[in-house]
Amino acid sequence: MSAHVPPARHLLRARDLVDARYREPLDVPTLARAAHLSEAHFSREFRRVFGETPHRYLLTRRLERAAALLRNTDRTVADICLAVGLRSVGSFTTSFGRAFGLSPTAYRAAHPPAVTRARIPTCMRLAWGRPQPSSFGEDGCERSD
Amino acid sequence: MLKQLTTTQVWVHDQDEALAFYTEKLGLELREDVTVPEMGNFRWLTVGVPGQPDVAIVLMAVPGPPVFDEETRVQIMALVAKGAASGLFFAAEDIQATYEELRGRGVEFQGEPTEQPYGTDVGFHDPSGNQMRVAQLT
Repeated sequence: MSAHVPPARHLLRARDLVDARYREPLDVPTLARAAHLSEAHFSREFRRVFGETPHRYLLTRRLERAAALLRNTDRTVADICLAVGLRSVGSFTTSFGRAFGLSPTAYRAAHPPAVTRARIPTCMRLAWGRPQPSSFGEDGCERSD
Repeated sequence: MLKQLTTTQVWVHDQDEALAFYTEKLGLELREDVTVPEMGNFRWLTVGVPGQPDVAIVLMAVPGPPVFDEETRVQIMALVAKGAASGLFFAAEDIQATYEELRGRGVEFQGEPTEQPYGTDVGFHDPSGNQMRVAQLT
């Protein structure tokens, strides 16, 4: 970016990187490089501009995405932990509990099952829901021609 | 009056392979993944662009009976494989950076970013054969 760009724009670039690539093994040094700032200066400025540290922003983005996957998929908690870029299920469970007041399992149980929330169109429910043609007979309807 | 497009669909040969490609290589995020026993274990699998929550892409396995007869299923698979099926167009802020990033993750492009009347874009296929394009629009 050119020199006349306000410093906050560089910080926004790093925050956008978190929002787009939270599933990858991002860390603060990587984010600082994206903002073209030293690590210490980056963390301090990020907190000043956005009100929280970059590490916390990354963690809360991952937890927010994990909550969505708990509501909208039937994947296991361990799968979801890895899918949002976290490595330890134990740490994930602890962090999730602090953020949402419930364990991941309890959070999922507190919401309608994903299968009832999935936006599967009616036409697909009708098409896929029919029994297999070979699974039953047509009594008295056999064709003679 | 129609208000907005919310969902689009591509046929895929293998949902797990497609999910890995769309998330790990293209950088999309998993949105929904549910299996419905009463629909013959139909799997509703959607992904989307991070930060664009109101548009989802369904990665749809090509079904056999009772939806399609086997001949139709094979025909659809063949059409997708030879690039004759549907496609998706994406936008990027920086086409050159996106091109290099995706190529570094193993996306096989059909050429290099090229200037068009609407911007600069480049194309590729997903593992099933669906046509994809990504453009930096002017």
